[in-house]
Amino acid sequence: MGARLTVRKQALWTLGLVALALLLSACSSEATQDTLQPVGEVAKQQKALFVPVFWVAVGVFVIVQGGILYIAIRYRHRKGRERMPRQTHGNTRLEIGWTIAPAVVLAVVMVPTVSLIWELARPPAADALNITVEGYQWWWGFSYTDDDMVTDWDRPITIADTMVVPTGREVYLSLESVGGGAQDANGDPDFQVIHSFWVPELFGKQDVVPSQTNHILFSVDEPGTYEGQCAEFCGLQHALMKLEVVALEPDDWDAWVANQQTLPPGPTDPLAKQGEELFLNPLSDGRGACTACHAVGDAGGAAAPNLTHFADPTHTCFAGCNWATEDREALAAWLEDPGAQKLGAKMPDYGLSPDEIDALVAYLYSLT
Amino acid sequence: MASLSVPASGRGLLRRPTANTGFWSWFTTVDHKKIGILYGMSAFVFFIIGGLEALLIRAQLYQPDGTLLNADQYNQIFTMHGITMIFLFVMPMSAAFFNYMIPLQIGARDVAFPRLNAYSFWVFLLGGLFLYSSPFLGGAPNGGWFGYAPNSTTDPSIGMTFYAIGLLITGIASTVGAVNLAVTVVNMRAPGMTLFRMPPFVWMGLVVQFLLVFSLPIITIALFQLLFDRRWDTAFFDPTRGGEPILWQHLFWLFGHPEVYILILPAFGIISEILPVFSRKPLFGYQFVVFSGIAIGFIGFGVWAHHMFAAGLGPVANTAFGITTAIIAIPTGIKIFNWMGTMYGGDIRFASPMLYAVGAVAMFVIGGLSGVTHAIVPSDYQQTDTYYIVAHFHYVIFGGAVFGIFAGLFYWWPKVFGRKLGEASGKVQFWLLLVGFNLAFGPMHILGLQGMIRREYTYPETLGLTFWNQMSTVGAFLIALSVLMFMVNAVRTQLKARGETIEDPWDARTLEWLTSSPPPAHNFDEIPTVHALDEFWHRKYVEDERTGRLVPAQAGASDESEPPHGGGHGSIHLPGPSYWPLVSGLGLPIMGYGVLYSWWLIGLGAVVVLVGFYGWALEPSVAEE
Repeated sequence: MGARLTVRKQALWTLGLVALALLLSACSSEATQDTLQPVGEVAKQQKALFVPVFWVAVGVFVIVQGGILYIAIRYRHRKGRERMPRQTHGNTRLEIGWTIAPAVVLAVVMVPTVSLIWELARPPAADALNITVEGYQWWWGFSYTDDDMVTDWDRPITIADTMVVPTGREVYLSLESVGGGAQDANGDPDFQVIHSFWVPELFGKQDVVPSQTNHILFSVDEPGTYEGQCAEFCGLQHALMKLEVVALEPDDWDAWVANQQTLPPGPTDPLAKQGEELFLNPLSDGRGACTACHAVGDAGGAAAPNLTHFADPTHTCFAGCNWATEDREALAAWLEDPGAQKLGAKMPDYGLSPDEIDALVAYLYSLT
Repeated sequence: MASLSVPASGRGLLRRPTANTGFWSWFTTVDHKKIGILYGMSAFVFFIIGGLEALLIRAQLYQPDGTLLNADQYNQIFTMHGITMIFLFVMPMSAAFFNYMIPLQIGARDVAFPRLNAYSFWVFLLGGLFLYSSPFLGGAPNGGWFGYAPNSTTDPSIGMTFYAIGLLITGIASTVGAVNLAVTVVNMRAPGMTLFRMPPFVWMGLVVQFLLVFSLPIITIALFQLLFDRRWDTAFFDPTRGGEPILWQHLFWLFGHPEVYILILPAFGIISEILPVFSRKPLFGYQFVVFSGIAIGFIGFGVWAHHMFAAGLGPVANTAFGITTAIIAIPTGIKIFNWMGTMYGGDIRFASPMLYAVGAVAMFVIGGLSGVTHAIVPSDYQQTDTYYIVAHFHYVIFGGAVFGIFAGLFYWWPKVFGRKLGEASGKVQFWLLLVGFNLAFGPMHILGLQGMIRREYTYPETLGLTFWNQMSTVGAFLIALSVLMFMVNAVRTQLKARGETIEDPWDARTLEWLTSSPPPAHNFDEIPTVHALDEFWHRKYVEDERTGRLVPAQAGASDESEPPHGGGHGSIHLPGPSYWPLVSGLGLPIMGYGVLYSWWLIGLGAVVVLVGFYGWALEPSVAEE
């Protein structure tokens, strides 16, 4: 009997150590959307609330599971030892005790919780940068609505897929679900549906709800690129509705703003010029026009990503941020048949010839 | 009963069925035990289907950029997985247990409305089949079991219309079933069985029926609005025409959170039956367990917005619902501590039912603790809509409810079929299930915290989520293996030559074990008179007043002086079998297809329903002799 117990104990220890090792390996993860490795202030506060509660939960877990295991082993029936246990029906004092004790623990936990709810809902500082976040099926658009962010052609700076922000400054996001009334090139309505805006290393999520404007107030001190994605199921390609936040040092930020406010110089290379022609004019044989949905500068529609500075280094990804902008082949494949890359993509297959695709790719890469 | 009899000769269309055995008797039965078995079998089939869907999901996510399923197929499959497991497996499986056990546990001959009971079952099954006809008619529901508008109202495929109609049909089944069982518990208890002598399983059953009756109307309204938005272009949830998308979320979760307790309280009841039996001690703090169940039922209606913390309800609402969410953990904790108290000092025999019951407690604790972290609102902004939530509710619904269901299956199998499921196989299956379950759902906590969102059909390798997804998939297939073992065990048990009937294999405590296994159609030859909680136990053992110890009762010492209730064999009237519940149920899916395709079909379905009700109303409840 004694030997058997030792074997059992050894097995338990081994299991426990393996589990612990696995858990520890989880802490040093390669994950790029890790809420446990926060960078932004908000995400840090949220983690700081989660971690102590997690350890309280671990404490309760150990007590309860340990209790169950102890009782299960200590009071297990042993062969050949018939015994009728004492018939206890309850113990009111004990039961009131284990009603009150969790209540006290929970009350303590709720104090910092409520306090952080209100802190995160505070109004923004006067100098906060205002960005309107627009959720489409299935990509993100960003408009910079402050007065000093107007372009030469009198529109707010508007970009897609990557959101560029300065470090060390509060950013106030207004979340809007766009698309009501807008149509894609097939004439199908681009529905207003609910999305959720989430960049785990910077801030927890807020839903993007048609008919109301939600807000996120955040700041980030470290320059870098942070990944995020839509977190509320929003239809067919919910999985491929991603984004990146590019945080720039103040000097880089100023340069970026200045560049966004002016039109790119325009293509010089003949192939790219040919692409510009294709882009700005209706395609032959009534195949439609790029500018029906996409804009470059003041020319074009707003139902699809604004491409004015498509090749700017901060625009790292396209089409719901699923392909790297610098990946020339991915861009060509997208233009050839968007639906083949992303089933159900709202951009139709225009039947572009390989030459047309080459020209358009060259043009898009000239938009720095 | 003679006053009710109407000459049957006038109606030649459907002659009254008389057979109580044989294949066709299953279509006309109104016996709560047979209906319970029908419920259980159907629910188990849906469990297998929902499980296969889960395996497809896990196979797709085994590696980054999975290509087994495309976005469209994946969205349909995860939606059907959720709908199936909740509405077509756990709810009807609980109904199976309630149907079979409640009348036996309260010493009744049947439920209050036997034909309504049959109707409830057929409507559930037809609703399930209606939902599963959708993949063959243009596409399964694809907007998630939660069906958030406006995505669900604007999606161009036909699936979410099937969703709205299918859930309306199964909602009818649950509503009539709930009314029936609630009336049964309130009105049909054996003499002497006061409310506080009811077994805890009956108590939890009663709470669940009230939760159903109060929460189903809410989702019924929401589903009608969804159906009208989709089919007749109304604008309840259309923001471009003044509708309110958030309204759907309020209605859905105001139903959806009580629904969670509808799923878990039956398992709590089963656990509360099994722990005392296998510890050979009464339930510790019976009143506390009962009242905490009732408290959970009440508070369960006040926490719905914790599903919507990120929806932008504002800090006031988020604070209030954060606090109520924390509060509901208290009665839940009480149950866990009382279960530990029950086992403490007992003589615990770890037969299969006990293993599953203790496993359910242990796994539910994990789900409960991660549930408490949802009350930490700002941290929930990070966790909501990630795999952390998927992990949480699977620990509650699989770890709690499904382990509880397996406990119940092993515990009551000898009652229902007169033979025990294989014990050795049951134990191996338990450990396999425990390991597989934790391997499948444990890593999802980590995946969620590392930023994996729910309902995504693919993820890139660069997110660094591959390893835990692979572990999870391995775990899912271990679960499948374990369920397969159960099926083999069940088939082998049923095929075995019938040995000696085991009347009381677990030394049980409650009335269902007082009668033979399986019980006769009329349940009890003589309706028992109840003197105490755990009546059956007290007929077997008496407490020695000096030492507080139990000693076996003298054979034949119990209530011989009591007058018999319900009369002897000869005068027992049982409701006769009937076609009408099935006929009137058949009209509903016909009407459903009518809503999808043609007004004529709606009319036809309505006629079938009316004919069914007409025949039902004119049919005497007891067959002529």
